[in-house]
Parts: sequence; C-alpha cells; structure tokens
Amino acid sequence: MSTNVTAKSPAPAPAGKGDSTGGDGLLQLMIDGMRRNMRQYGMLIALGLIVVLFAVWTDGDLLLPRNVSNLVLQNSYILILAIGMMLVIIAGHIDLSVGSLTAFVGAVGAVLMVNHDVAWPLAVVLCLLMGAAAGAMQGFFIAYLGIPSFIVTLAGMLTFRGLTEIFLEGQTVGPFPEGLQKVSNGFLPEVGPDTNYHNLTLLLGFAVIAFVVLQEVRDRRRQQEFALEVPPTKLFLLKIVALVAAVLTVTMMLASYKGAPVVLIILGVLVVGFGYVMRNAVIGRHVYAIGGNLPAAKLSGVRDKKVTFLVFLNMGMLAALAGLVFAARFNAASPKAGLNFELEAIAASFIGGASMSGGVGTVLGAIIGGVVLGVLNNGMNLVGVGSDWQQVIKGLVLLAAVGFDVWNKRKVGS
Amino acid sequence: MAGPVLEMRSIVKTFPGVKALSDVSLSVRPGEVHAICGENGAGKSTLMKVLSGVHPHGTYDGDILFEGESCQFKDIRASEQHGIVIIHQELALVPYLSIAENIFLGNERATRGLISWTETLKHATELLRRVGLSDHPDTRVADIGVGKQQLVEIAKALSKKVKLLILDEPTAALNDEDSGKLLDLIRGLKDQGITSIIISHKLNEIEAVADSVTILRDGRSIETLDVKASGTTEDRIISGMVGRDLDHRFPERTPHDAEVGAAPALEIRNWTVHHPIDQQRKVVDDVSIQVRRGEIVGIAGLMGAGRTELAMSVFGRTYGRYASGTVLKDGTEIRTKTVPEAVKHGIAYVTEDRKHYGLNLIDTINRNISLSALGKVAKRGVVDEHEERQVAERFRKSMNIKAPTVFEPVGKLSGGNQQKVVLSKWIFAGPDVLILDEPTRGIDVGAKFEIYTVIDKLAAEGKAVVFISSELPELLGMCDRIYTMAAGRLTGEVPRAEATQEVLMRQMTKDKR
Repeated sequence: MSTNVTAKSPAPAPAGKGDSTGGDGLLQLMIDGMRRNMRQYGMLIALGLIVVLFAVWTDGDLLLPRNVSNLVLQNSYILILAIGMMLVIIAGHIDLSVGSLTAFVGAVGAVLMVNHDVAWPLAVVLCLLMGAAAGAMQGFFIAYLGIPSFIVTLAGMLTFRGLTEIFLEGQTVGPFPEGLQKVSNGFLPEVGPDTNYHNLTLLLGFAVIAFVVLQEVRDRRRQQEFALEVPPTKLFLLKIVALVAAVLTVTMMLASYKGAPVVLIILGVLVVGFGYVMRNAVIGRHVYAIGGNLPAAKLSGVRDKKVTFLVFLNMGMLAALAGLVFAARFNAASPKAGLNFELEAIAASFIGGASMSGGVGTVLGAIIGGVVLGVLNNGMNLVGVGSDWQQVIKGLVLLAAVGFDVWNKRKVGS
Repeated sequence: MAGPVLEMRSIVKTFPGVKALSDVSLSVRPGEVHAICGENGAGKSTLMKVLSGVHPHGTYDGDILFEGESCQFKDIRASEQHGIVIIHQELALVPYLSIAENIFLGNERATRGLISWTETLKHATELLRRVGLSDHPDTRVADIGVGKQQLVEIAKALSKKVKLLILDEPTAALNDEDSGKLLDLIRGLKDQGITSIIISHKLNEIEAVADSVTILRDGRSIETLDVKASGTTEDRIISGMVGRDLDHRFPERTPHDAEVGAAPALEIRNWTVHHPIDQQRKVVDDVSIQVRRGEIVGIAGLMGAGRTELAMSVFGRTYGRYASGTVLKDGTEIRTKTVPEAVKHGIAYVTEDRKHYGLNLIDTINRNISLSALGKVAKRGVVDEHEERQVAERFRKSMNIKAPTVFEPVGKLSGGNQQKVVLSKWIFAGPDVLILDEPTRGIDVGAKFEIYTVIDKLAAEGKAVVFISSELPELLGMCDRIYTMAAGRLTGEVPRAEATQEVLMRQMTKDKR
C-alpha cells in the first residue's frame, strides 16, 4: 500500500496544474492561505502581539511557567463554554442561559456530594446528564416549537439563576471531595526519574507532536492518493515545523513547573473531538449548513430540527462540565457563580471568528478568542489594571476584532 | 437635440484581481429605449453601477457625459439629482411599509421633518396612475405581487423626476403577462420623453421594446445595433454576445419513445395542495402527471399556475398543506412526507431560487455539492474530505464550473456557475427522477447551452426529468412532452411533435373552472 502511494505521489505534486508562480510562489501561497482565513490568522497574530506586549510589560512574568499553568486553570471553564457556544452560534442561534446553567449544575453537584455524600464520579455523571436534559429542554422549545433561541435562553438564564438560589437557599455549599478538586485544580501525577522536568507532561507532549506530524503526513499522502493538488513541500515542512515548535514550547513551559493541569487534558480532548466533528462529521457539516442557509439545508434533506436540538443538548452538557470545573476549582457552589459567563463565551466566539448570521466559525477559533480574553485578563491583573478598565479594554477588543473582520470582508468583496 | 443624452467613453473598471470592464463605450440618444445585453460576467451590471454612482468617481477610468456635461458622481444620490435612476434586479422596497411610503422613501413629502400624508397620498395616487397600478397607495408592499412591486419601483423613480431610467433585468422575476405590461409601460414612458436603459437576457423583449442595443462581451463594448434594422435578428444579437454563430441553441436530441409497458419512473396521482396560510385556496388542484425513464417532460404555466408548488409539495411536502394524492415510483406507492424520504426514493428537486433555497452561499463549492448526499463521501458519519474534494473537482471539470478552486465560496460565482453547482449537487445525490425548476433562470446564453447539454445527458443515461420553465422556446427545444398548468390545474398535455408556442400559450391561459 505505502509503496504504491510513494510511487504515485511524485507525479501530481510538482505538476501543480501548471502554476505560473515559480520562485516567490511560496510566500504567495502563504499569503493566499492566510487571506482565506483572515479572521483566524488575524486573531492568532493579535494574540501573539498581546502576549509579547504583556510579556514585556510584566518583565516576563506573563510567560513564567507558573503563570502559564494558572492561565489554563483560570480560563478552562470559559473555554469549555466557548466550544459549545461556537456550535450554537454557527447553527445561527445564541445561548444566554449557560452562565446560570453553570451555577445551577454546580449547585446540584454540591448538594449531591456535600449534603448527600454521593460518590463524586457518580455525581459528575448525574450532573452532566442534568445539564444535557436542561439543554435538551431548551433545544426542544427552540427546534420543535420554533421559539427564538434568544427568548428561550433568556428565560433559561432567569429560571436557572433563580433555581440555583432556591436550591442553595442562598448559601454557599462546600467543600468538594478531593478527587473532584484534583480534576479541576490538579496536575498530572509525577512519575519516573528526576529530570528537572515533569516527565509525564514531556511524554505527553512528545506523543502529541508525534501524532500531529503523523496525521499531517498521512493527510498529505491521502490527498495525493486522490490525485489532488497539494501545497508545495516547502510550505508543508514549514507548517509542520511551526506546529511542532508551538506544541514543544507549551510542553516545556508546563513541564518545568508542576506539569500539565488535568483540565488541560480535558480541554485538549474536547477541542480535538469537537474540531474533528465540526470539520469531518456529517452532523458537523449539517450544523454549518443550517446556520449558513436554513431553507437550502432543509431542501437538501438536512434534519434541521434534530440538529438544532442536539446542538443545544450539547451546550447544556458542556455548561454542566464547566459548572463542575468551576465549582470544584473554588471548592464551593455559590448562588452567584457563573455570572456573565455566557457573555464571556459569546465574546470569545465572536473574537474567534463567528458571524452573527451563523454558518461561520471554528472550534479552534473559539479557543483562540477565549485565550485572547484570558491573556488580557491575566496580563492586566499582573500589571495592576483595575477590573473597571479591564472591562473597557475587553469591550474595545471585541469591537475591534469584529470591526476588523467586517472591514476586511468589505475590502475583499464587492 | 441631435447629440446623445448620455455618453460613456472608454470606461475601465478594475476589481482586485479582475478587470470587470476593460473598454466600454456607450452612447444613448435622447428618448430612446436602449438595451444592453451580454453574457453573465460581460460587465453589464458593473457598467450601470459606474453610471449610477454605486462605484463612485475615481474608482474607474473614463468619462461620463450626461446632457453634455461631464459627470463625477460620488454616490447614488448625486446621480439621482441629475435624473439618473437605477432599478436593481433585486427590488429595494421595504415590505412592511405601504406603497406610498415606499415611493417617497428617502424623499418624503414633508415640511420641517413632519410628513404630510395628504400630499404623500395625492402624489402617490398620481404616480400610480402613470404606471398603471390600481392598488390603493396604503397597501403594504408585502401584500402585492412581484410584478406590481416592479411598478412601484418605477413610480418611485418617477417621483424623483427621472430623465434616464435604468432597469436591470426588470422581467427576470415576472410572468409573461406582467412582463408584457411592464414593457408597455416602458414604451409609454418613452412617449413622455424618458430615456431608458434596459438590461435583459430576453431577446424577444429587446426586439419588442428597444430602439437600439449595445452588446458587451468580456468587459468590452462589441457593437451597437439598430433594433429596427432588418439585419438585427435574435440570432444576430446572440452571435454578437457569444462571439460565435449559435446555430443550435439546444443540443440535438433524439426524441425519446416512451417504452410501452414499463411503469413510469414517477407518477403523481390526483395531487391536491392547499395554500399554507389561506387554507381554503387550492394551489394545486387534482393534478396527475407521469414521467418515464429517459424522458424529459416539461411543465409550462404562467406565474401562479402552481408548478413550483406542485414540485415542492411532492418533494418532502416543503410547500403548502397536503390535502390528497399519491406518488408512485416505478409503479409502487412511496412516502415522500419529508425531504430525506423523497431523496431516499431517488427524487431530486432543483429549486428555481438557487440563492435562497439551493445554496449555502458562504460555504465552498465542494461542501455545497456534497451536502445532500454526504453519506456517499462519509464512512460511519465521518466525511472523507479528500474524497469529497475529488468529487467536487470531477464536477468542476465535467460541468465546466468556472472557479479557481473548489474551495471558492459559492456566493462569489456568477449565476450560471452557481446553477451548475446546484445541478452538480443533485446529480451527485444520484437520483432517478430530477425535477428541475427554472434551471436556466437569469443565466447567460452560453451557460444555458451547457445546462441543456447536461439535462440531455441525464435523460440519455435513463433518468426521468421534469423540466419546469417559463421560457416556452426552451421547453419546445428540450422536452419530449409538455404539460400545461393554469391556476393550479392541469390544462393540457402536448407531445413534442404538436407543440408550438401558440398551442401552449392557449392552454396556459385556459380557465377550466
């Protein structure tokens, strides 16, 4: 099989449909590729600038291994929500209830584990089901009864917030079992010889690198197998080097402190999983289709109601996960938990390239958007900017990100 | 005044990466109806946008002279002040405002910011009379048909003291009757001294209404012909547009002899559908039709005849409220209550409104083509992107879709290429029966021929094709049999040999009640 592939591969690759762009074609290709994904690359560059800015401003404190670990822990729940929110927005909807739902599930979890001594793994499963049920209920109203998602989830926002207070009787409930705390706050266990680095994290990092490289190479082979045009070898190598460098940097940074946080692993699995589903699974395509043009999707045989329903069910489940992570991190469920989380998640999605009218966006984009907000938060905390100004600046960043996108589209189009 | 009222000299307009107009000159005599025609992408709409200030002065090269003065419009308002008004293909009316409010939108009859309703009403009534519209000016625009909306647009233009009226494909969405009225109105305006420029794909209209015609091809003005001159025939104009003699506007077809005995691929029996809101009204009334494999069967009818409604209600009941009737595939009754069911039984419906019902304009060519049959490029719910891309590349070649890659957003393609994408999408679904609803609407002559060829090939491969069209010549050129509908009912069935435009038109206007 593999010999067959290599035998065939040289032929279509350089042929390249007789591209007249010879020498400086590489740069041109890079620019073309970036232009097609302007929003995401734009945000990635912006993120890089923000990181450099704060790294300089804080004399490098921002990039201290301890702080990077902290960044992950602090933002994990928003990032989890942003993944789900991105799907909702791609489908052409909005979910305002996730902040309240986060609090509600945290409260239910606390009452189960603290007041009723339910084993934490069981309680986690029950909480996730609960979140899924809440999401499904809202999804039912939106998909099958045709009530606008803005209204349904606004109602949900009020209802779940109220239920949280009723459930907790206005009290803060805690502490959580140690096992769950470890999931939310802990790091991968220490194993093997003392190397000055966290061994398991190193191993994991290397595994990820191997996986990424293997995947890219396999993907390229498959393209050639189908006799499709592939990007030139130089560009391909450049991409791999960039990817490896990025993963390696994060790995070394985390490995030189306490290792990779457990939440990071959970997040990684979610990003890869949802990214894959949205890009490659039939259901993912259907989400893009209903958001992009609902009538056309219906006439193409997409079961739009079912897809919408599932998107909200999924959002509910992710909100439950975020609620558990949040409650366990602060070791208490409080009635005011998760306040404005929905807005942070929505902001992350839009900064990360979602469109108000639906049909556009990627899971990775939501993460980039969330990390931009996270780094801004963290960096401004480090340099001592007050929370009042932090909000002003975050608001302006959101406006600028979407404004840039609109401006860019206008320039390219018409 | 002997000189031209409008002169555009050597207009060049470049967009990033494309030269939309490379050298266009246009000269319009006062009081004439001047047609502009050319294939899609020839630069007609761009030229009119340059003229009306949509593309402001400075973004193009060349000179515009209107009434002898050099013009440098910076926006549409500036051109309107000179009496140049453009009516776009997609009407720009606010559906929930009244006719009168729409006519004076942005130009309100007001004193010190307060609208004078009596004056508004008086002027609106006057303008409506001039365009021959009898509806009350307080009627909501959403409640009148497209034909009348077009007239409202013209009334709006008249309210701005129009001297030069530009109409971009004014009859594209109209039925023959409304088109006729509109053309009469344009002639009437001419008598009132208003000069018109009309962009049209319909050559018979140009012959009927225009005095001269300028032909554009690939961003250049090729020639201006006197329509009334004896040499100017439809074929003459077409050859100018495509740059070659088009002897055959339709592919050679050997008429298909229906195999006697075999059950029809699709049979619809006694199909009745009610209007989705007005449930008393039968939109499709007791219609029975059938189509065999290898056959192309036309459905002719004026707007409101119920053709699209028939097709959509059969295809997953996507229109109206089903009342009664059965669908048979190869002689056995099938359920087509949902779109997936209809698709599973090998039925495909290619919509007449590709932008709203056919394509996800912001998504790429490959993803649009695969959408209705993702299962074919997916294993266990996971799409194989490379196979999908390969499929799309295949269609790009075989259908001659003009795009640099299959990752191009469909919204950036021209109408003809978009239509090829919709067709590819449904051909990829692998149906036995294709219902094509106005498959050549709003696309240029060259692309039309390509689409006819595809349809012909599909029939030759043994697919059953239902061809809904408002253009009688294409039905006559393509179909083995033609059904006619009027007011929701079937009014006739004509075999190819007996079909002429006159016969069909008679049956399409027949009132069976």
